[in-house]
Amino acid sequence: MRVHLPNSARLQNIEAFLSEFSPEQPGVLDFSMHDRWVAVHPAVLAFTASVADMVTRNGGEHRGEVHNIRSVPYLIRMGLFDHVCIPHHISITAHEEAGRFIPLSRISTSRELSDFIVHMIPLLHAQPQQVEPIRYVISEIVRNVLEHAQCPGGAFLCAQYFRSSGILSIGVADAGIGIQHTMSQCHRVPTAWDALVLALTPGYSGTTSRIGGTAYNAGAGLFFTKSIACASRNYFILYSGNALFKLKPIRAGRQVVLYANPLEDHHTKRVNMPEWQGTLVGIDIQLETDIMFAALMGAIREAYSVDVKRKKDEYKRPTFV
Amino acid sequence: MKTIQIKPIATEFAEDKDLAAKIRDNDLRPAIECGETVMLDFAGVTGATQSFVHAMISDLIRRDGPDVLDSIQFANCDQAVKYIIQIVSEYSQYEIE
Repeated sequence: MRVHLPNSARLQNIEAFLSEFSPEQPGVLDFSMHDRWVAVHPAVLAFTASVADMVTRNGGEHRGEVHNIRSVPYLIRMGLFDHVCIPHHISITAHEEAGRFIPLSRISTSRELSDFIVHMIPLLHAQPQQVEPIRYVISEIVRNVLEHAQCPGGAFLCAQYFRSSGILSIGVADAGIGIQHTMSQCHRVPTAWDALVLALTPGYSGTTSRIGGTAYNAGAGLFFTKSIACASRNYFILYSGNALFKLKPIRAGRQVVLYANPLEDHHTKRVNMPEWQGTLVGIDIQLETDIMFAALMGAIREAYSVDVKRKKDEYKRPTFV
Repeated sequence: MKTIQIKPIATEFAEDKDLAAKIRDNDLRPAIECGETVMLDFAGVTGATQSFVHAMISDLIRRDGPDVLDSIQFANCDQAVKYIIQIVSEYSQYEIE
């Protein structure tokens, strides 16, 4: 497998990075990086760690070269070379992590996820209103991996806070069975793209053909996650199989509208990407925003019912006291 | 009336679906089947996921019908949690064609 860390790979241009990925030779990781500067989204690091871990679990070898460039300390602090096992003999001075990043973490169990969320929040030094979307997104994405991916390596997650823009970037990757395999157990999804669209549509779960899900699974986690990115006018990507869905930001001045049907979102469709058997999710969240989380949930409530199934005229309402 | 405190079971961020299912099966459903009204008390809970609320109440609404909501009260919910409970309550009542 080949992974190349380019000069720049954010969510807006992540297609270039993913296009360079090669799934050939699963027993070898062929790692390379730009020789002068590397600035990459946490999704790139989570994906690279997941690929490296897969090769390791296959009993394979890691090959490549780590250039001693100014951005290498960042990659080391993020823990990339704890998973990409290439000797580099580069020493760095550790800095306080709080308020800047969450290094690569592997989460394999529900308990680990709950503990991770508790311990992650202080690292970010976030305000209470900023915490809500972060922990919500991480919980929903990682639980998806734990429930559906069937990946012995678990989920790889990392995050970076960009103080200048006020954006928190999160990446979660796994080397599991992929979204098409999961969704095809209960739905007709001839292509990986069809599977991504269905997975992003609320009410469709990989655990049942029944619209609305089961007692345990509603099939709405990715829809909520996408909606949080959409409401904060940022990017969201979902990559699995040979397909990539990229939500593009709604421009400033335009009204934010949340759609249950992901095809109505302002998005990019890519098919014929290199085949990745697992799943990659990347999201940017604007933390310096006036949008309150409760208002976002209200907007999601409005969007939720569209395209799922015909609504009833009257609902029994829950009683709040 | 039976009161179930959510925070001691699910922590201040209620996101573990396994715990939600335990609340449903061990406390909520048995009490409702005995004709009791149940108060789900979210005091101290600062957030919950849709997945958690779904695992806790959706199957009750689907299996027993919307009137089961007459037997449940939701106490001390912040606004975001209220919206999530409303979302789950509503989509659990969708007519499946």
